[in-house]
Amino acid sequence: MRRGAVIVALLLAGCSGHQSPLNPSADQSGAIFDVWTAMMVVCGFMYLLVLTGLTWAIWRARRPMGLAPDAGHTAAEPLLERSLIGWTALVVVGLTVLITVSFLVDRRLAEAGPKPLNIKVTANQWWWAIEYQDPDPSQTIRTANELHLPMGRAAHVELHSNDVIHSFWIPNLAGKEDLIPGRVNQVVMTPRRTGVFRGQCAEFCGLQHAHMALDVTVDPPERFEAWRQAQLQPAPDPSSDLAEGQHLFLTKACVMCHAIAGTSAAAVAGPDLTHVASRKSIAAGALANSQTNLGRWITDPTAIKPGTTMPKVKLTGDEMAAITAYLASLK
Amino acid sequence: MSDEFLPVVAEGELHQRLSRTWATPRGLWGVLTTVDPKIIGRRYVITALVFFVLGGILAGLMRLQLARPESGLIGPDRYNQIFSMHGTTMMFLFGVPVMEAMGVYLVPLMIGARSMAFPRLNAFSYWMYLAGAVMIFVAFILNIGPEAGWFAYTPLSGPVYSAGKRTDVWAQMVTFTEVAGLAVAVNIVATFFKLRAPGMTLARVPLFVWSELVTAFMIIFAMPSVMLATGFLMSDRLVGTHFFNASEGGDNLLYQHLFWFFGHPEVYIIFLPALGMVSQIVATFCRRTVFGYPVMVLALVATGFLSFGLWVHHMFATGLPRMGASFYTAASMTIAVPSGLQIFCWIATMWDGKPRFATPLLYVIGFIVTFVLGGLTGVMVASVPLDLQVHDTYFVVAHFHYVLIGGAVFPLLGAIYYWFPKAMGRMPNERAGQIGFWLVFVGFQITFFPMHILGLLGMPRRVYTYPAHLGWDGLNLLSSLGAVMLVAGMATYFLNLLISARKGPLAGANPWDAGTLEWATTSPPPVYNFAYPPVVEGREPLWEAGDQGLAVMEGMKADTREVLLTSAAEAKPDIREGSAKPSVWPLLTALTTTGMFIATIFNEWGLVWGSIPVTLALVGWFWPRPDHSEIAKVVA
Repeated sequence: MRRGAVIVALLLAGCSGHQSPLNPSADQSGAIFDVWTAMMVVCGFMYLLVLTGLTWAIWRARRPMGLAPDAGHTAAEPLLERSLIGWTALVVVGLTVLITVSFLVDRRLAEAGPKPLNIKVTANQWWWAIEYQDPDPSQTIRTANELHLPMGRAAHVELHSNDVIHSFWIPNLAGKEDLIPGRVNQVVMTPRRTGVFRGQCAEFCGLQHAHMALDVTVDPPERFEAWRQAQLQPAPDPSSDLAEGQHLFLTKACVMCHAIAGTSAAAVAGPDLTHVASRKSIAAGALANSQTNLGRWITDPTAIKPGTTMPKVKLTGDEMAAITAYLASLK
Repeated sequence: MSDEFLPVVAEGELHQRLSRTWATPRGLWGVLTTVDPKIIGRRYVITALVFFVLGGILAGLMRLQLARPESGLIGPDRYNQIFSMHGTTMMFLFGVPVMEAMGVYLVPLMIGARSMAFPRLNAFSYWMYLAGAVMIFVAFILNIGPEAGWFAYTPLSGPVYSAGKRTDVWAQMVTFTEVAGLAVAVNIVATFFKLRAPGMTLARVPLFVWSELVTAFMIIFAMPSVMLATGFLMSDRLVGTHFFNASEGGDNLLYQHLFWFFGHPEVYIIFLPALGMVSQIVATFCRRTVFGYPVMVLALVATGFLSFGLWVHHMFATGLPRMGASFYTAASMTIAVPSGLQIFCWIATMWDGKPRFATPLLYVIGFIVTFVLGGLTGVMVASVPLDLQVHDTYFVVAHFHYVLIGGAVFPLLGAIYYWFPKAMGRMPNERAGQIGFWLVFVGFQITFFPMHILGLLGMPRRVYTYPAHLGWDGLNLLSSLGAVMLVAGMATYFLNLLISARKGPLAGANPWDAGTLEWATTSPPPVYNFAYPPVVEGREPLWEAGDQGLAVMEGMKADTREVLLTSAAEAKPDIREGSAKPSVWPLLTALTTTGMFIATIFNEWGLVWGSIPVTLALVGWFWPRPDHSEIAKVVA
C-alpha cells in the first residue's frame, strides 16, 4: 500500500520525489506517512460506500413506478431510518480511528530525544540564514540556504523570522512549521536515509515566495562531521591571482551585506559567503551554483529574482570576473 | 393549479389594485429606488455572477502562467495581485453575495410573503456591495489591487511590507461587503421569523429557507470578527497603531485568529445555502419529500455551530500548543458527521423516489461525487500531522476547490437552472443544459484532481512560477487544459440561460411540478408575489393540496402595502404591518457611506467628516412616515 502509493504518484509525476511527503526519509515524515495511509484506507472506503449508494440509487430509477409525488412517509422509511443510524455509527467509528491515529502521531513529532543537533534557522525575504549552534562559540557554523544533517541523529531546528511570516518545509523529513516575527517555533527531524532533498518556503511571503528554496543533504555521521570541520574553517587567504577579487569584494558594496569569515566582511544582512562555493545553488535555489551563474546573479539580481533586496552593483567586466573567481574559490 | 386559489370574482380587479400598490416606478427612477426583493435579488445574483466570471478570468490567467515551468508571461507583482484578487473576488464578491442574493429572491416567495421584513435594507445592501466591488476592480485595473492574498496576513500586509494603498483598498473592500452582508443577514432572520405564511410552522419550512436562516446567523456572528481584523490592520497602516507589530508588543497571530474566526465560518456561509438548494432540487426531481427532514434541519444547525470551532485548523503550522491543536482536529473532523448525515438523506431520497435526471439533478449528482471527495480531503487536512505536510500546498488548493466548486458552485448552477423558469418565465434548453453540465463536471475534475498529486509532490501554493526539474510540469499542463474545458462548460451554461431568457418556451407557474410555495404563483411572479397569503398545511404545500388548490387567507389591504406578520414558531397570523414604498434613501445612504469609506482609505479624518453626510442620509431614511407604521391586529 505504502510503496504502491509512492510509486503511483512518482510514476504520474515522472520524477525522483526529493521534495515530497510521499517519499519519507525521516522518523517524523514516516510517522506522518502512516497517518496518510490510515486516511487513505478509511476515507477511501467511505468514498467507495457513498459512490456505491449513489450508483444504486441511480440504477434503481429504472424500476417501473408512478409519477405522483410523495409528500408524506413511504413504505421504505423504517428501513432507511435503520440504515441512517448504521451509517452514522460507521462515520463516527471512522472519525474516532482517524482522530486517535492523528493524536498519537502528533505526540511523537515533538520528541527530540537525547543530544539533538541544535540549528537556528532565520527566514528573510527571500533566503534562509542558518546557524549550527554550540555552547562553544568557536564551534558555531554560519551558512545560508543549505542544510547538512547527519543520518540517525535528531536535529532540533529553532525557527525565527526577520521580516514577514515564512514556513520551513522539507517534506521528505518533516512537516512544515511557520517562522513568525516575534515568535520562536521548533521542528524536529531525525533523518533515516541519506540523500539530497529540497525544502521550500510554504507561507506566502511576497514577491519571491516562489524562489525561496533550501538544499538539504543527509550524510552518514562521519561525512557530516567532515563537512562540519570544513565549514568551521575561515576562508583562506587568497592566492595572488584571487587577491584582486577579494580586494574588490571588501571595497565594493558586497561587504555592506555579506560576511566572509577570515576577512573584515562581517555583515549579516545577506547570506554568509564563507563557503559559498561549496553550496549546490545560489540565490535560495534560484540558480545552480557555478561561476557563470554567480556572474549572472551579481550582474542583475532583479532579472533573476524581481524584487530581491540584493542591489545591482556597477562592475566592469574585469572586476566581475575577479569577484566571481574569488567567490568560486570559497569552497 | 397555482391560479385556482384566487377567488374568481375579484381576481382581475384585485390584481390591478395590488399591482398598483406594489409597483416599482418606471424608468431610471425605479431602478434607483426599488425595494422589491425580486428585482434586488435578481440584480444581486446577476452582479455576483458577473464577478464570478471576472474571478474565473483571473483564474484562467493563473493557469496560463502555470501551464509551463519558468514561464515569463506574468511577473511576480502582477501574479500576486491576480491570485489575491481571485480569492477576494470569489469569496467576498461572488460566494457570499450570490448565496445571500438567492435568499433575497427566493425566501419571500418560498414562505408565501409579499416582501421581506426590511425591504429598503436590501436596496442599501446591494448598493454597498456594488460600490465595494467596483472600487476594488477599478483599483486593480489601476495597479493598486491587493497583493498580500485574500487573507492578507500581517506583517506582509502591514505598513512596512505593503507600502502604498493596495492593502488599504482591500481592507476597505472587506468593510463594504461585510456591511452589505450583515444588512441582508438581519433581513433574512427577521423575515424568517415574522413573515412566514400562516401555518408554515418551523417543522414545515423548506430546507433552503432553513439553510438561509442558519447562514444569516453565521454571518451575524462571523463578520464582526473580520471587520475587527481589517479595522485593526487599517489603523496600523493609517495611524500607526501596533496591533500586529511584534516589535512593539503587537501579535501577528492575533490577526490570524481574528481572520479565521471569520474565515472558516465564511466557507460554510457559502456552502450551507448550497445544501438547501440541493434539498429543494432533490425533492422536486425525485418526486418525494426529502427523507429525514428533522435530521436535515439539525444537521444544518449543527454545521453552523461547529463551523465556529474549527478556525485553528488553518493555523496548525504556527506553533500552537499541541494539545490545543488536537482539540481542533477533533472539532474539525466532527463536522463530517452532519455532512455525512445529509449526504445519506439525499441519496436515500433518490433511492426511494422517482428520479428524473434533468440538469438540476445532474448538478446534484455531480455535487455528491465531488463534494464528498473534497469533504474527505477535508478530514485529512483536519489532522494536525498530515496538515503539516499538505498545508499551503496544491493539495489544499484541490481540497477547497472540491468543496467550494463541487460543494457550492455545482448546486448553485443547478439551482439557478431550477429557479430560472420562475424568475424569467421561460424554460432553459435541456439539451444545452446537459452538455454544459458534462463539460463543467469533467473539466472541473481534469483541472483540480491533478492538484492533489501536485501538492503531494511538494508544490506550494501562491508561487508565480516553478522550476522544471521537480516533476510538476505535466500535471500543471493537464490542469491548465482541463480549465479550458471548464470554461467551455461555463460558457455553454450561461449562453443557454441568456438565449432562453428571450427565446425559451413559456414556463407556466409550476413547470417542474414542485411542491413548495414559490411555484404557486405565476412565472415570473407578480410584484405582490401572492394575491392572498397562502395557508400552509404541510412541508410540500402544492403536492398536498393537489387539485383542490391551496387554501388562502383573506383580509389583507390591496391599496396600501401590507405584509402579514405571523408568530415565530407556529406561524399563527398575528398582525398586519405596513411595508416600505420605493425610496431613494437607501441609495443616498449607500453613496454617502461609500464616500466615507473611500475617504478613510486615504485619511483618517475621512471617518470623521464623512460621517456627517451619512448621518444626514440616515435621518432622511428614518424620517417618520405615518403610512409605514400602521399596524393592525389580524381579526381571525
